[in-house]
This record gives sequence, structure tokens and C-alpha cells, in this order.
Amino acid sequence: MITLQHVLVLSGLLFTLSVAGIFINRKNVILLLMCIELLLLSANFNFVAFSRYHGNIDGQVFVFFVLTVAAAEAAIGLAILVVLFRRRRSINVAEISTLKG
Amino acid sequence: MLVQLLFYAFAAVMLAAATAVILVRNPVYSALSLVVTFFSAASIWLLIQAEFLAIVLVLVYVGAVMVLFLFVVMMLDVDLEELRSGFAGHAWLGGLVALLLAAEIVGVIWVKGLGSGIDLRSGLAAAAPGASNTRELGVSLFTHYLYPFELAAMLLLVAIVVAIVLTMRVRHREGVKVQDVAAQVAVRREERVRVLQMPPEKRS
Repeated sequence: MITLQHVLVLSGLLFTLSVAGIFINRKNVILLLMCIELLLLSANFNFVAFSRYHGNIDGQVFVFFVLTVAAAEAAIGLAILVVLFRRRRSINVAEISTLKG
Repeated sequence: MLVQLLFYAFAAVMLAAATAVILVRNPVYSALSLVVTFFSAASIWLLIQAEFLAIVLVLVYVGAVMVLFLFVVMMLDVDLEELRSGFAGHAWLGGLVALLLAAEIVGVIWVKGLGSGIDLRSGLAAAAPGASNTRELGVSLFTHYLYPFELAAMLLLVAIVVAIVLTMRVRHREGVKVQDVAAQVAVRREERVRVLQMPPEKRS
């Protein structure tokens, strides 16, 4: 028997791992993008679990949209990454400080 | 019982692969571990009977997004050592934040005791006999959520256009004249106008 608690704890642990990944790999843009994918996956886990729990399909529709947006985000993020690498020959986040943000 | 064992096995594989994603040295191995993570996640979604999304996860993520990631990782000649510098310094901070977050999340779920005793495979509402997850999702997507669905398609189109515009480098062939707008705008008077001093001539 898989209860809601099982899946929620699993998704919480996955979320934790992705946040730790963002902290650990804060210089590498590629790994930051991958951690964001993990983060979205853990959010999707919650949507699916609650959708099954309530017997309501709407949660799974939202997962569908989240997947769409994540695919678009990955495509644009990687395109920006390629342009950045062509210009600066580096993908180090610490060196991207032109805007002094 | 078997389902629960499978769930624990897939969950263990998924968490181990996710740990590998954030810890291994080589980004290529990170991307491959992420593929393993997505596969295990899809298996768990199959276990809790979200079949369509499980297949979509494998097709979209493993088939498209991760291949894109791998292409970019292999295309870029990245200096790994420079990026890894300060890794140990951030590792303890990341570990501390992870421990705190995990304790908070698991604690809250534990205290609330959300949904204990109800199997996700059946859910609160009993499914009609012969109900299909894909059909249900499709009916909802093409009736109630039709407009957002169209917007999602537009979003993907815009993403394609943006990705191409950002990364396309136009190389011109020899002998083909092109207009350089920036040079045209930046032109100054002295570069174009030449004032000649000519004596007036008599009409013969």
C-alpha cells in the first residue's frame, strides 16, 4: 500500500536534494539548470499524489503544463548558456556580474 | 506488499541518482544520473497509476530535454576545475540546509499524518470500471483546459523561435553584400560628405 505520506516524504527528500545541489554547485550553470529540473520533478510528485488521493484528474493536467513550461525553460536556458559561453568562454556564475545585481 | 517493495526500491534508486546528480565531478555523469532519476520517477508514477504522465515524463525528459542537456554539456569546453573550486566550502552549507529542510518537511508531514490509511492506487473516489487514465486526462485537457492547452502550444512555439534566434550565427558567403544596420546608424557626417572647393568656370 502506497499512501499519500510515502509520496510526500519522497518528494520532500527530492526537493531537499535539489536545494542542496543549488547550494553546492553554485558556480556551474549547467548543474544549476539540472537542479531546477529536479525541483520541478519533486513538485510534480506532489501534484500527482494529491490528484490520485482525491481522485481528481486536474492535478495531472497541471503536471502536464508544468512539463511543458519546464521543457521551454530548459530549451531557452541552454540557448542562453551557449550564447554566454561563446562570448565569455566560461560558464562560471561568479563571473557574470555585468549588471552588478 | 510487492507494490510497496517496488516503491521502496524505486525510491531508493531515485534518491541515490539525485544525490549523484549534485555530487559527481563530471557534468556528463550528472546528466546521465538525472536520466536515471527521471526513469525511477516515471516508475513510481506508474505504481500510483498515473500512467500517461509516466510515459510523457520518459518521452519528454529522457527523450528530449536530457538529450539537449547532454549535447550542450559535450559541446561546451568547460574548465571543470575552476568551477569545482570552493566545492568543499559550500558542501557543508548545502548539507546543513538540506538536513534542516528535510527535517522540517518530513516533520510536518509526520505531524499532520496526511492521508494515512488510504491507498493511492484506489484513492478517495472509487474509479469506474474500465476507466483509463489517458482517456480521463484527455477529456479534461480537451474540454475544460482547452484554452490553456493552446497557450502551452504557443509557449512551446515561442520557446523554439527564441532558442533558434539566440543561438543562430549567420555566416555570409563571399561576395554577398549584406546590410549592417549598426554600421549604418553609427555613421558620421565626415565619413560620407566631402566638400570640394572648385573655382567657377566660364561658359564657353
